[in-house]
Formats: sequence, C-alpha cells, structure tokens
Amino acid sequence: MAVYLLCLVLFSLGLYCILRKRNIIKIIVGVIIAEYAVNLFFILVAYRMKGRSPILSPDAEILNMVDPLPHALVLTAIVIGLATTALLVAIAMRIYEKYGTFDITKIRELRG
Amino acid sequence: MIAASNIIPLFVALPLAAAFLISLLGKRIKRLPDALGVLVALILCGLSLLSVRLHNIHGILTYSAGAWKPPIGIGMVLDGLSVFMLVTVNLVAFCVVVYSVNYMEKFTAKWKFYTLFFLMLGGMNGVIITGDMFNFFVFLEIAAVASYALVAFGTERQELEAAFKYAVMGTVGSLFILLGIAFLYSYTSTLNMADMSSVLAQKGTGNITLMVSVLFLMGFGLKAALVPFHAWLPDAHPSAPAPISAMLSGVLIKSLGIYALCRIFYNVIGMSPAISSILLFLGTLSMVVGGLLAIGQWDFKRLLAYSSISQIGYIILGLGLATPLGILGGLFHLFNHSVFKSLLFLNSGAVEYATGTRDLQKMGGLAKRMPVTATTAMTASMSIAGIPPFNGFWSKLLIIIAAVQAGRYGYAFWAVLISILTLAMYVRAMKYAFLGSLREGLSRIKEVPLFMKLSMGALALICLAGGLLLIPGINETFLQGARDVLLEGTEYAATVLKGIK
Repeated sequence: MAVYLLCLVLFSLGLYCILRKRNIIKIIVGVIIAEYAVNLFFILVAYRMKGRSPILSPDAEILNMVDPLPHALVLTAIVIGLATTALLVAIAMRIYEKYGTFDITKIRELRG
Repeated sequence: MIAASNIIPLFVALPLAAAFLISLLGKRIKRLPDALGVLVALILCGLSLLSVRLHNIHGILTYSAGAWKPPIGIGMVLDGLSVFMLVTVNLVAFCVVVYSVNYMEKFTAKWKFYTLFFLMLGGMNGVIITGDMFNFFVFLEIAAVASYALVAFGTERQELEAAFKYAVMGTVGSLFILLGIAFLYSYTSTLNMADMSSVLAQKGTGNITLMVSVLFLMGFGLKAALVPFHAWLPDAHPSAPAPISAMLSGVLIKSLGIYALCRIFYNVIGMSPAISSILLFLGTLSMVVGGLLAIGQWDFKRLLAYSSISQIGYIILGLGLATPLGILGGLFHLFNHSVFKSLLFLNSGAVEYATGTRDLQKMGGLAKRMPVTATTAMTASMSIAGIPPFNGFWSKLLIIIAAVQAGRYGYAFWAVLISILTLAMYVRAMKYAFLGSLREGLSRIKEVPLFMKLSMGALALICLAGGLLLIPGINETFLQGARDVLLEGTEYAATVLKGIK
C-alpha cells in the first residue's frame, strides 16, 4: 500500500514542480517526474504478490504470474515521453536563444 | 473481392506514409511536398466519403490489426460516429492543404511543415478509428506532439512561448488520460474499448469509475480547451501559421477532445446524470467566458481563438443534454464549426498574407482590394453568428430547442444570449477589417493567389450548403448514424463484439 502512496506523492511532486517553478528547465523536469510516476503506477498495476515472471516453460506450472501487458505499454509510454521531452527541451533552447533567460516571469509577451 | 473493412487502416497508413515520403524526398525534389500533399489529402477525403457509403451498406465495420482478433489484438472500428468525424477531419484537412500550397511559400522549410501536418492528420484519424484504449492514447500523442511542433513552426519569440505553454499543458493532460487508462485497465483487465464496456457493465460502476471519469474529464477537457482548462488555446492557436490554426481550431480540439469525451463517456463508461450535468455546466461556462473574452480582442486571430472556446461550449452543451435532438444539434454544430472556423482562420491568414498585420485597427476597406477573402469571411461570420440560411443557424437552433425541450431554460437563455454576443463581435470584426474606406498604406495590396482563393471558396460553399445535411434522406446517412452511436450508449460493446465474430 505504501508504495502506491509514494507513487501518488511522486506524481503530486511533478505537478507541484510544473505549477510552481519559474525556471523552464525545472518545469520540464517536473513533467518528466510526473510522467515516470504514471509509468511506475502502470508497473504497480501489473504486480502480483509472490508472482513469477510470465515465461512459459514445460517444467514450471503457472499459478501466479505478473501481468506482462502493462510492461509493454510502459515501454511505449516511455518512448512517447522521450519524444515529448525532446521537443520541450528543443523549444526551451530556442526560447533561451530569443529571450536570453529561462525565467517564465520574464517571458510574457502573450496576454489578454 | 476485397473486404470492405480493408479501407479502415488506410486512414492511418496513408498520412503516415505521406509524412515519411515527404521527409525523405521533400528536401531534394522541390515540387514533391505540394503535389504529394494535395494528392494524399484528396485521396483521404475521397476515402472518407466512400466510408459513408460503405457504412450505409454494411453497417458497422471492424478490422483486426495483424489478424489478431480483439480483445487480444488491436481492433479498429468504423461506426457512424467515426465516419462522421472522418469526413469532418479529412474534408477540412484537404482544404487546408490546398491553401498551404501558396501560403507556406513564405516559410523556408515547406517539407517539414507537410511532414508534421501529415503526422498530425494520421494521429487524428487514428484516434477516430481505433477501438483499443492504449492505441487510442498513442495516436492522441502522435497528433498532440506534432501539433506542439507546428505551433512553434515560426520559431519567433511569441510562437515559442505559446508552444512551450501548449506543450506543457498538453502533456499534463495526456498524463491524466494515461493515468485514467491505467485505472481502467486494472479494474477491467482489458484494453479493447468494447470489451471494457461490457466488463464495466457486468462489474457495475463504483468509486473507481468516478475517479476515472474525473481524470478523463480533466485530460480531455485540457485537449478540448473547456473553460477552466483553456489557458493554452488563445496563445497557441493565433501563434501557429494560419493553416495550422485552422486545423487546430477546426478539427484537432474536436477529435482529441470532444470525440474522445463522447466515445468514452457515452460508449465505454456510460452516461450518468452527474456527468451530464458537469458537461452542461462546463459547456455553458466555456460559452459565456469565451464569448466575453473574445469581444474585447483587437487581434483578429486571437478573437477567433476565444470564439472557438465559446463555440466548443455550444457543442458540449448539446452533447451534455444527452437527448436525441441535443446530440444531433451538438454533432451538427461540431461539423459546422469545423468548416466555418477553419474558413475564418484561413481568411485571417489571407489578410495577414496580403497586409502583414493581424491588428483589426490597422485594417479597413479591404473588401475593395480582396473581394474573395471578404466575401468568404462574411459568409463564415454570418454562419458562426447564426444567421439563416447558413449552417450555423440550424445547429444553434437545434441545440436551443433541445435545451428548452429538456426543461433546461437557463442554459437555453445563455445560448441565445451568447449567440447575440457572437453576432455583435463578428459584425464589429468585419466592419473594421473589410468595410469602410481603404486605409493609407494599404492601397497597394493585392488579392491572394489562386489556391488560397479556391480553398476558401470551397469552404464557404459548404457553409452555405451545410443546412442541407438536415434534409430527410441526407440526414439519415450522415448525422443520424453518428447520433445513433451515441444514443445506444454502452450497447456499443455488443454491436462491436458482434461485428468481430
């Protein structure tokens, strides 16, 4: 149970980071933390108490195995996360070139 | 004889193949991106119209990717709602591609634009036809990531700022959706939407579906820019190049936001009175707040962006009523809004192309110099303001009648009021931009090139003829098919699973 709560704490930490931090890089790190918390949650969904790895072999009898599907899903989610992060960092670099700062309170041309 | 269901994967495969080929060869062969882009968009548009016909003959069609039967494999489903959305998306996409042939000349890397554009289109088509929950998420992210990059396409100060804001908020929205999918999977042990729906019906709904509903409402609310989650839209949509603004406001927020909301709340989880009243409230709030914020804008594209929020509110209001007429009105308004809002964004792009400004105060009297742009913009404005006989009038009328029939007089009152406000804001915008005497310094401007005129003209014709979709005979084939899918609710599971067998 504690591990689920820690997973929630990690997600909330990521969200806090996105909402409260002023530095663009820290916001990106917040996005990554939240993303990994969700991935961790997916892995926890697959976990079974005292489960074994889901490999079929002739001598072993399968009684209690972990769910292999979420592992495949998490791999996909990680790749998607990589694409998003790469794009965010690329935009952040361009922003630094144009504005000369990472502080979002100084990057405010759009309003109203 | 090729089975009719083989048409389904083409909607994803064609745009992805086009994106691949353009990125591979587009840099070397100068005219290839334009030619291939227009060709593929035309084929997709034709295929989507063909799918209307196929759906009428065969009913619901399913396709199993790699011949793995759902619920094990990934299933793709073509039902009335998917057909409706496919036509909307691919029709607008075709007009936008034709427009981009001329408009994107001023940007250096046209092939990059087309690559991202077709990735986004492939993602949207995928979202619409997939029948698998995780596959749905993957397509949603393909479309979303491509759209973040497209908003930043100009790589100027404002574009980058808007794109960063949009990308961060969009990613957070996607995370909520992914979390919701994780909860649903752990509860139902399946990813196929139809299977999920039947498992949910057996197990009954409890706290976990409530939790999932809230997560999806936040996630898809962010994608659809409903009012508490709308902050990214007025920055992102005006900053993108005009064809992309048209795609984003016209179809992206609808296929990733509204379509997804409908599909999941009506067909998978099942509509409950609580969700219905939340949708009604959020819809009306978006309608009012978007309308009030739009009226003070002097930036043409920013005005259109706020107006998008307001019109999204109408659609959600219609769909939230959950009565047959309300759903019909909501879906019809979705189609109409796609057409006239993309037309208006293309018009604003044409004005910017000719005069170099988006500020309404610096325009004036453009109707004399740009007759086609002015006429089409007038048509679109009258449609969006709800003047008969244009299409916007009929859909707003249906939504308001449905609200009155359902006894929701308060919501109907707001819908009428905001409709008047919309009329006021578009009359003002048209007056400043196109009427009056020509301003000094604008005497040398010319009408936009041929392809831009063609695309705007085509969309204006659809605005004018859109009302015909309600005529008996046409109505049954297109709009009612989509409405019936939503009306049958969680019966969807049985229909799809029967189609697979």
